[in-house]
Amino acid sequence: MQLIWEGTVKAFELVFGGNAEVWQITGLSLKISGIATLVSLLLGIPLGIALAMTRFPGRALAVASINTGMGLPPVVVGLFASIFLWRSGALGFLELIYTPTAMIIAQVIIAFPIIAGLTMASFQSLNPNLGLQLLGIGASKPQLLWLLCKEARLPLLAAVMAGFGGVISEVGASMMVGGNVRGQTRVLTTATVLETGKGNFDIAIALSLILLALSFALNFVLTHIQQREQLRWPKLS
Amino acid sequence: MRKITLTFVIALMVYLFASVVAHGAESKGNIILSTTTSTQDSGLLDVLVPLFEKQTGYSVKTISVGTGQALVLAARGDADVVLVHAPSLEKKYVAEGKLLNRRLVMYNDFVIIGPKDDPAKIKSVKSALAALKSIEQTKARFVSRGDNSGTHNLEKALWQQAGIQPKGAWYIESGQGMGATLGIANEKNAYTLTDRGTYLALRQRVTLPILVQGDKVLLNIYSVMEVNPANGPKINVAGGKAFADFMVSPQTQTVIKSFGTEKFGQSLFVPIAGKREEEIGG
Repeated sequence: MQLIWEGTVKAFELVFGGNAEVWQITGLSLKISGIATLVSLLLGIPLGIALAMTRFPGRALAVASINTGMGLPPVVVGLFASIFLWRSGALGFLELIYTPTAMIIAQVIIAFPIIAGLTMASFQSLNPNLGLQLLGIGASKPQLLWLLCKEARLPLLAAVMAGFGGVISEVGASMMVGGNVRGQTRVLTTATVLETGKGNFDIAIALSLILLALSFALNFVLTHIQQREQLRWPKLS
Repeated sequence: MRKITLTFVIALMVYLFASVVAHGAESKGNIILSTTTSTQDSGLLDVLVPLFEKQTGYSVKTISVGTGQALVLAARGDADVVLVHAPSLEKKYVAEGKLLNRRLVMYNDFVIIGPKDDPAKIKSVKSALAALKSIEQTKARFVSRGDNSGTHNLEKALWQQAGIQPKGAWYIESGQGMGATLGIANEKNAYTLTDRGTYLALRQRVTLPILVQGDKVLLNIYSVMEVNPANGPKINVAGGKAFADFMVSPQTQTVIKSFGTEKFGQSLFVPIAGKREEEIGG
């Protein structure tokens, strides 16, 4: 218990004592996972909508793949991404291994199925007649999609939170494709592993607390937006 | 409110993408150094790498893994220079022509630590091999790294020299780094083999005392090797050589010699550039 207290004190020291490295690590974590989430949204939302609203041969296979992908273990992603990105690998000529870009790629592979899967689920929960109605009152195809997205925005926000939460907290893939290089690819999770290995448990706890606080702050904002829009249930008693 | 949210999101996206572009414009001369966890965990590289970068303008990516993996990475051309501590393994790679120009950099030593009550009675023993034999005979718990690291390789070599194939419930393989393994040994009140640097670094948390030290077979010798350009297409040969030269330069060797005195009251490594293996540790 003593240790957790020391770690908490250390966290305040590091954050408010102007420790440049901790700020840099925190910023990089946010950047990498933020971009990975954005890219995953751009890929995952259209795919999720397509899977929810169309029928084609092989759809069941695609849906099952996406659902499996929602639980991809980050170390497995890290291993395969590394094998491709190493200089000796098929994509080695890109020289991406041990760069933030490599970490973003790995995190997109982790987050994109989560977002696609949750998008699909949220669109499937809409009433299909809604689409017909909107077309009936003269909505164009793009307008229809936009309106349906607005209708499904609450579960979509949940998808964003799940995707971001998944990648900001993963360590396996970031460690393997990023290499935990100081000042270049060291993020909160990999730094925590390193400091634990060094026996600097107070710093490790401090980094964990920063990660938790960040995650909480972001989810708080998104939850606030989500819940503000929620229709109020009448009193049922 | 909605407009504010939208503006905020757009600003965030622009900032994020801009910062990635900025990352893309790193310095040209990147070197990948594959090394062991002990050089990183002891903090030595945090001192040496910035010094090297300042002197030469190269940017170093330090990948710290077990010695086994560090050597494989280099042999496949996925690194430019290697700093590891497993002489017998290293010599194999040099003999195969995968790694070139092996030069000694520094050494420290391994120690055997264990429970205070010392069930295997090894405290009075000078020889590491005799100590291991009596640990095996009493079936006292022993934690092995089990990860093909430099430390694990030395441990395996010692068991072999002692004529023992360690097996059974008393022999615990952690499969983790030195820090984690020390933690496990401490919790299980078991014996283990550790490098002195990591042990000192974790002194606050690990209460097991040193029981065997000073045997010549427990020397931990670090060497630097360059990667054969034939191993792959992207190897930064000049950069790798520059780092290897840096590690054995007189100025760096002085830094190595004084490293750790401030934090631990004793230096963690002894510089040995230019010496031969036989001359060390007498």
